[in-house]
Amino acid sequence: MDIATHVFSALYQFGDAFAFLVLSACGLAVIFGMMGVINLAHGEFIMCGAYVTAATVHAGLPLPLGILAGTVVSALVGVLVELAVIRHLYDRPLDTIVATWGLSLIATQGTLIMVGSTMAGVGTPFGSFQVGDYSYSIYRIVLFCAALGVLAALYALFNWTRFGVLARATIQVPHMAAALGVDTRLIYSLTFACGAGLAGLAGGLYAPTMTLVPTMGATFIMEAFVTVVIGGADVFLGTAPAGGLLAIVKSGMTSWQGQLFGQIGLLVAVIIVVRVLPKGISGFVLRERT
Amino acid sequence: MSKSVLRGLRAAALTGTLVLASSLALAAENPIKMGVLEDQSGDFAAATIGKVHAIQLAADEINKAGGIMGRPLELVPYDTQSDNTRYQEFMRRVLQRDKVDVVFAGFSSASREAYRPIVDQFNGFAFYNNQYEGGVCDGHMIVTGAVPEQQFSTLIPYMMEKYGKNVYTLAADYNFGQISAEWVRKIVKENGGKMAGEEFIPLGVSQFSQSIQNIQKAKPDFVVTLLVGTAQASYYEQAASANVNLPMASSVNVGQGYEHKRFKPPSLKDMYVTTNYIEEIDSPKSKEFYAKFKAKFPSEPYVNQEAENSYLAVYLYKQMVERAKSTKREDIRKVIAMGDVCMDAPEGKVCIDPKSQHMSHTIYLAKVGADHSISFPKTWEDIKPYWLGEAGCDLTKKDPMAQYTPSNPPPKP
Repeated sequence: MDIATHVFSALYQFGDAFAFLVLSACGLAVIFGMMGVINLAHGEFIMCGAYVTAATVHAGLPLPLGILAGTVVSALVGVLVELAVIRHLYDRPLDTIVATWGLSLIATQGTLIMVGSTMAGVGTPFGSFQVGDYSYSIYRIVLFCAALGVLAALYALFNWTRFGVLARATIQVPHMAAALGVDTRLIYSLTFACGAGLAGLAGGLYAPTMTLVPTMGATFIMEAFVTVVIGGADVFLGTAPAGGLLAIVKSGMTSWQGQLFGQIGLLVAVIIVVRVLPKGISGFVLRERT
Repeated sequence: MSKSVLRGLRAAALTGTLVLASSLALAAENPIKMGVLEDQSGDFAAATIGKVHAIQLAADEINKAGGIMGRPLELVPYDTQSDNTRYQEFMRRVLQRDKVDVVFAGFSSASREAYRPIVDQFNGFAFYNNQYEGGVCDGHMIVTGAVPEQQFSTLIPYMMEKYGKNVYTLAADYNFGQISAEWVRKIVKENGGKMAGEEFIPLGVSQFSQSIQNIQKAKPDFVVTLLVGTAQASYYEQAASANVNLPMASSVNVGQGYEHKRFKPPSLKDMYVTTNYIEEIDSPKSKEFYAKFKAKFPSEPYVNQEAENSYLAVYLYKQMVERAKSTKREDIRKVIAMGDVCMDAPEGKVCIDPKSQHMSHTIYLAKVGADHSISFPKTWEDIKPYWLGEAGCDLTKKDPMAQYTPSNPPPKP
């Protein structure tokens, strides 16, 4: 096997791990990293997106529209959750753990009771391609591009738009923003919905590649939390480098010693980063710049 | 974090099961009580809800026909939530507080090994109605599921003859996967084949890109997939979309998790499974069982192997109690020792082997086609669970209450 095959295979595996980490984490990066709400129901927003995507595809919609539907429905559910529960707990961050944990239980068990133990999959589109001795799924490349797209869109949204400026201002100094005439309640709602929608998008994108079961959110949540924790508060400057770093460790260790060591490597990397950079990677980057 | 999520889930489900259990307690005087500890939620629920339904179906039929020795059969079900510690809690509860006569319990081997010491400690009597990695030599247990000498010593030689001698094992990383992989290794070697590679996947892993590439690198003739749980089932879709295109052999797929119904064709194309029952089996007995099941549970997604094991186990228990005229374990084991506890199950005739208290089975080789239809290229009748007995486990003489493996056989006297 020649060098190019090896290089491509390593890049592909890196991209695959990166996409999974970033897409799992970006919704949580908004809700937990930015807003400070420890959202244990993050996995269930992902599950919601996946289920809606699968249901709409079964109903005859093409997959991209199905994913869009999953994203929108998750965002709407996010608005409802924010209005009913989260809104009352912004100054009680520890209580949000209990509240969102309860929500996740209700969502998992409710889905089990109402939809049943499994849902039929939708099948992965696009087929495969060959490089050297290995064949690869084209859809995994789509996922990688989607992860890059989401990161770029988040950067643009929070840095270049009026909503982004208002959202950052509201979260940084809420009373000052309110004094300047910003409807902070609305901004909080919209930001939370944005995070929930991103989680739904992750679910929709992964729905064609996974088993659809009520507990599927649990397979994302560990990766999501560690990426956000070591990323720190900034959505773009945290999630992107954190995803990149963890993806290198995870894909490298997995290719060397298998899945178990991939997971061990991931967690060891997280422990080291948290120890060395308590404010996360974005805290480190931003301090360097100022 | 997922751990704490699970913990709360249990609390919610517990409330539900308590209500259910108390409403069932209305039954007539002096019933025979059967604890049912199966996963009705969590990662394994898809494969195990059918077991609970099969037990309910059998219990209803038996009660309508007059019960066991005139006594009604009362179920005491708890949702074990795919969680080993829940098994231990509920096993203590059914044995100590509910004082059941028999317990039907367990899907994963980890959960069985979690509760088995408690059954031994409180001198209980448990049925494990599930295929597994074999080797449990314990007088407190009856195993109605198939074991490796039934599933692998039929499947692996067939696959090696048909596809080639290079074998790759992809297995779940816990006692079931590890010991099953040991069996595969042993049988491959005995048949002059070679292991192209092995990988063990932690439970709950759902992303397989790298594992898929490792398989392609090893260039096996076929892959033995011993993946467990709904998260790991994501492998098939991902392997198909990466065009791995290798035949697969398994003792757990299709027969438990009905992956051929859940995934879009052709992701399970050329999957070969040895199972003692699946709903596609085309015999009058099987059709009759399937029709009864669907009549009672019309929305059941699939009637799998473990549902049949659970169903026949209730009838076996009835037969043994009636012949022993007692629900005491010692009396029932005297009946088993006679060696003629058999019945006509939906799969065909099955008998309990007195030495190991495991079951003989009809083993069907199920092949999944490109359109996910099932065909049966081969059937083996009356395959006995011979390994434990040959290795030196004889429960009619001695009860070591232990699990053995090919590399750790029973001690020679």
